[in-house]
Amino acid sequence: MSALLEIRALTVDFLAPRVVRAVDGVDLALGPRERLAIVGESGSGKTQLLLACTGLLAANGRAMGSVRFEGRELLGPGDAAAPARGSGIGFVFQDAGGSLTPHRRIGDQLVEVAMAARGMPKRHACDESLAMLGRVRLPDPGSTMNAYPHELSGGMRQRAAIALALAARPRLLFADEPTSALDVTVQAEVMALLDALCRDLGMALLLVTHDLGVVAALAGRIAVMYAGRIVEEGDTDELLANPAHPYTAGLLASVPSLSALDDGELATIPGAPPRAGETIQGCRFEPRCPRRRERCRVEGPRLEAGGTSLVACHYPLDAGRSP
Amino acid sequence: MTLGLGREALDALRRDRTAVVCLLVLGLLVLATLAGPALLDYREDEIDWSHMAAPPFEAPGHWLGTDRLGRDLLVRTLHGLRISLAIALAATLVSLVIGVAWGALAGFRRGRTDAWMMRFVDVLYSLPQVFFVIILTVVFGRGPFTILVAIGAFGWLTMARIVRGQALALRDREFIDAAIVGGASTARILARHVVPNLLGPVIVYATLTLPQVILVESFLSFLGIGIQEPLASLGNLVADGAAELETAPWMLAVPAACLMLVVFCFNFLGDSLRDALDPRDR
Repeated sequence: MSALLEIRALTVDFLAPRVVRAVDGVDLALGPRERLAIVGESGSGKTQLLLACTGLLAANGRAMGSVRFEGRELLGPGDAAAPARGSGIGFVFQDAGGSLTPHRRIGDQLVEVAMAARGMPKRHACDESLAMLGRVRLPDPGSTMNAYPHELSGGMRQRAAIALALAARPRLLFADEPTSALDVTVQAEVMALLDALCRDLGMALLLVTHDLGVVAALAGRIAVMYAGRIVEEGDTDELLANPAHPYTAGLLASVPSLSALDDGELATIPGAPPRAGETIQGCRFEPRCPRRRERCRVEGPRLEAGGTSLVACHYPLDAGRSP
Repeated sequence: MTLGLGREALDALRRDRTAVVCLLVLGLLVLATLAGPALLDYREDEIDWSHMAAPPFEAPGHWLGTDRLGRDLLVRTLHGLRISLAIALAATLVSLVIGVAWGALAGFRRGRTDAWMMRFVDVLYSLPQVFFVIILTVVFGRGPFTILVAIGAFGWLTMARIVRGQALALRDREFIDAAIVGGASTARILARHVVPNLLGPVIVYATLTLPQVILVESFLSFLGIGIQEPLASLGNLVADGAAELETAPWMLAVPAACLMLVVFCFNFLGDSLRDALDPRDR
């Protein structure tokens, strides 16, 4: 498989003022039209991973390792991420309305991107933008073109933001928790929309979320992140049915279901993730892990093949058997 | 306006009655400074030996009286207003163009670029302005042009700082990231996404700059390194008038009232303009 996006040993540090490592040696590959979801709790470094790939890290952030998009290196001095911009990688941000400039009409912003990234004449870019607003199923594309961001509702703004991210017709779409600012019914609609758009436009998708329910429907593959590292990566169906890493199993167990509600209490993972900047010798999940042994405290596990997926655990759960 | 919000802002401004009145008053004043002196009977440096220090409406032809050398106060005030307005507008324009561009670029680029650009501003800040003006008068001689250069060279510094602070805050907003990912160039992002969003404070500060420039000019004229007699400026008219306050209060009242009217109009206009440029307030 020739990779569209290939991440090798990506590490992201922040100087704040001592070094805080947000992402720690992540490897990921994504083929054309493939859909990968990165799952993990907040602070696990998912968002910083996406920002590092697009050169959007905060001023005190440093990315090391290698990120290749269609064979071109995106990490480096100066504006190395430039080749991925425009029609390379699109980005849907967490706060929907935030990616729209408040002082300009939605239409102007879409047209600007279409003209800059695709070299279209203005007239053509206008038609294209109108079509794009229809494609994200905004009820009245014509009047939305002339609207300012504050005149739209939250759900409409997220649709407009998705249209903006797609206006350059990117080959890969980054979606950073695109629905966490929306209410549940709108969440489902936006996810269905992303699904349809990826299929129609032949886009690859890198989705970041903490919502496993969202992932199941949308992504072909899942990478689970914990404290800056990928602890498990595999096929969605396989991973959800037979998690190998105790953390993945814990995450799955803490998803509320109707039957679990009968017991009255929601399953949780005891403890808290390590604080940023803490140095840990062994496995990062060890303090919270129900399966920990002596070896886990001294030796950090690597991501290795375990059955159908990759697992970073000395004592993974056996496939098909509950712990 | 090149910022893409010109026509709507103008429409909003047109609906704002205060703004229309202020524009009208300012327009009439400008017209008066341009056409007035030619229509009146006296020149600004013409001495009427028979009517020295005449109060308003007493001497024929001298509607607002004369100063202690018998020069027509209305004509001199209009002349002074012309020079003061020209200097104030030019200096404000300089501060708008250089200050906004400088500050926006520094705040947007952050890091080392920002540090160097703002240290340059700090160095200029720490130069004593009066000393700088004295050097300029040695080079260029005294006159409106020297004053303009002197005020322009320093006027943009505060604007650059204000804009840089705003740009720094805007830089962290997602729509800037979205624009970067969308492939927009730095110049385009600055012009389309950064500057329009910081116009509010810029306009407000610019309207504060106008009267400030007039006052700085009068201060420099008072020190003897600004606009010199027989040229008139609002600054040296007020300074002369203040000296005669007990014997001839109109010599202060006429130019001071004119200065107040101008500053008042610009402040109101700035406020309306700020509202007109913000789509949420339209």
